[in-house]
Amino acid sequence: MSQDRILMSHGAGGLKTYQLIKEIFHKHFANPILTRELDAGLFPGTPGRWAMTTDSFVVKPLFFPGGDIGKLSVCGTVNDLAVSGAKPLYLTSSFILEEGLPLIDLEKIVASMAHTAREAGVQIVAGDTKVVEKGSGDGVFITTTGLGLVPGEIDYSPQHIQPGDKVIISGPLGQHGLTIMAARGNLPVTSSLVSDCACLHELLNPLHSPEIRCMRDPTRGGLATTLNELALQSGLGILLEEGAIPRDPAVEGLADLLGLDSLYLANEGKAVVIASPQAAPRVLAQLRNHPLGRQTSLIGEVTGEAAGQVLLQTDLGTKRVLRMPAGELLPRIC
Amino acid sequence: MCVAVPAKILSISGEEALVDLQGNQLTICITLVPQAKIGDYVLIHAGFAIHTIDREEALETLALWEELNKFAQGS
Amino acid sequence: MPKEVKTVPDLIKRIKEKVRPVRFMEVCGTHTMAIAKYGLREILPPEIELLSGPGCPVCVTSQGDIDLALELAARPGVTLFTFGDMLRVPGASGSLESVRAQGAKVHILYSPLDCLQYAINHPQEEIVFLGVGFETTAPTVAVAIEQALAHKVNNFSVLSFHKRVVPALQALVSGGNTAIDGFLLPGHVSSILGREPYEFLAREYNKACVITGFTAEDILLGLLMLLSQVENKSYRVEIQYKRGVNPEGNPQALAYLAKYFTPVETTWRGLGPIPESGLGLNEAYKDFDAFRRFSLQLGRKEIPTACSCGEILKGLKRPEDCLLFANQCTPLEPVGPCMVSSEGSCAASYHYRR
Repeated sequence: MSQDRILMSHGAGGLKTYQLIKEIFHKHFANPILTRELDAGLFPGTPGRWAMTTDSFVVKPLFFPGGDIGKLSVCGTVNDLAVSGAKPLYLTSSFILEEGLPLIDLEKIVASMAHTAREAGVQIVAGDTKVVEKGSGDGVFITTTGLGLVPGEIDYSPQHIQPGDKVIISGPLGQHGLTIMAARGNLPVTSSLVSDCACLHELLNPLHSPEIRCMRDPTRGGLATTLNELALQSGLGILLEEGAIPRDPAVEGLADLLGLDSLYLANEGKAVVIASPQAAPRVLAQLRNHPLGRQTSLIGEVTGEAAGQVLLQTDLGTKRVLRMPAGELLPRIC
Repeated sequence: MCVAVPAKILSISGEEALVDLQGNQLTICITLVPQAKIGDYVLIHAGFAIHTIDREEALETLALWEELNKFAQGS
Repeated sequence: MPKEVKTVPDLIKRIKEKVRPVRFMEVCGTHTMAIAKYGLREILPPEIELLSGPGCPVCVTSQGDIDLALELAARPGVTLFTFGDMLRVPGASGSLESVRAQGAKVHILYSPLDCLQYAINHPQEEIVFLGVGFETTAPTVAVAIEQALAHKVNNFSVLSFHKRVVPALQALVSGGNTAIDGFLLPGHVSSILGREPYEFLAREYNKACVITGFTAEDILLGLLMLLSQVENKSYRVEIQYKRGVNPEGNPQALAYLAKYFTPVETTWRGLGPIPESGLGLNEAYKDFDAFRRFSLQLGRKEIPTACSCGEILKGLKRPEDCLLFANQCTPLEPVGPCMVSSEGSCAASYHYRR
């Protein structure tokens, strides 16, 4: 391409739009469904239940240690499918581009999406691009919609959770949230932190069994928010053991400095699994056997008491309530 | 009232120091602790070292125990 | 942290041996949070009542002061920087968060030095740092002013709402408040102030005083030391948090405070005006004083609310005693300042209550 930035004309629907689609999107996303250039992707019918989900991605900065908005937009949607028990198959992607975005950045993002999708075994089958005036966006916003297939017997739901079930987390918390905060450049940190951004279906799909009650990926709001949602939706209580929660020392150190709590920080490559007591040892072993689940830990259990609440048993043996966060997480000094 | 955490000084350049905080490296201002030197642990608040810790973290618990035992002896 | 578990039962045992009905106030909001986070109330004998004092600089920023900041933030050309804690504090006409949504330029920073670089990069904007915090934070702002002078940054000023802890403690005890037997004194304010400024509490008011750190053992040891002072009626200022506090404080930081700031009367939310309890910029640095630079008028009206923050800060009421607590006043829709800050007495009680 001759110009090196996104112009309004890239969104005008003419030659430039066509050029952009061919030279950036199709080049990287190429697959038999997409390259037919229809208004909708057509794919073979398959028996079974479909899982469908959609998610929008806005992140600042667009590139961060461990990923970028492109990778995030694939992983986020793939993970929503994976925790629903689905094998992710197809994605669509919709881009809102801000006028002035360097084309080289767009291409990096698209290439990263394509790479992540290829590794995950999903095809990007349709897409759209719009351009907004400079100042009306933040570089790139991406919406992805995902379609996956759920095997017959799988039915994950908070309604299936029972007292005595075990709560399992696939690794230490808060890496994505703090990495983004540090990468914004507002903090004088040369951090060793890397976002945990990853597609989880290869970790989670093999677990499939009726003994798995429910899975979630604790993204925005962190583990505390996800578990509170599960407690409310199941009408049961959750008791966590503080000392059993896996921690990343670098996250904890920086979180302490900023007055934040890693249980409330976002993750993009972790899963919470609620499993029957019988299945828990197998789940732990299987997850730990996968590179993305090495630090999987059993962190608590479901209780019939304290319905709708998450309690945390501290290292001192005392208990306190782990609540939903009240608002935006901000570094504080006081 | 004031969040402050200990970190170890790795290097000093003028009024700035690079510190290690559990694997994170931060640049902080050491104007308020002019005596601080490389290897010292300092308390960090709002991007500033506000206090030099004269014993290492490892000794802290020990010091606490000493204090406690002294206390038990009624001194 | 297994080492903590090892010492805590031992400390609890010793506290139980010494215990008698007492009311101790933790002055510092970070102590309030730590006590709740570790669930210490659950393992302390019921004879020890812990009260949360005025130790959250966000809690005590008056509504009038917040309104002043909102008014300034809304002015064209002004970019306001502050700490994350301040964003949701309600004034009469909204919060910094709400004026930001209306287009005001409000940025959150981690260190006061961060806005200097912004000021240099944006010479056409007026950069105002909204300074909140006690003596721990104010010296860092003094250094920022020093650097602004050195780098000839002319578009930077400070709206100082900084407060001094000692005059507030003076106000609490001199009001004839006998509800308190002793104080867990703040660790990191004392890193700056040292021990001397608190001596009057022991000498003149017979209050037990221990400057205390923030781990569970620190706090329990601090309480044990307080109990011992009460038992022996030997009131003095002891330092439990020796690794964080030198008896003489931080002379360099104290020198910065004295050079750049001067004590002024200021209004504390809940406590009202207290003489010499605020830190205004010294005359020599008036160019950096946002009050003068923008001709701001102090002394805005405080709108009365039904909230009990005043009595809670004085140790006369607990959050649960307030009619609004957890009803009209929650962390999502805070009425009083003690609910706004996540370490405010009410928010801590709300978050960690069983």
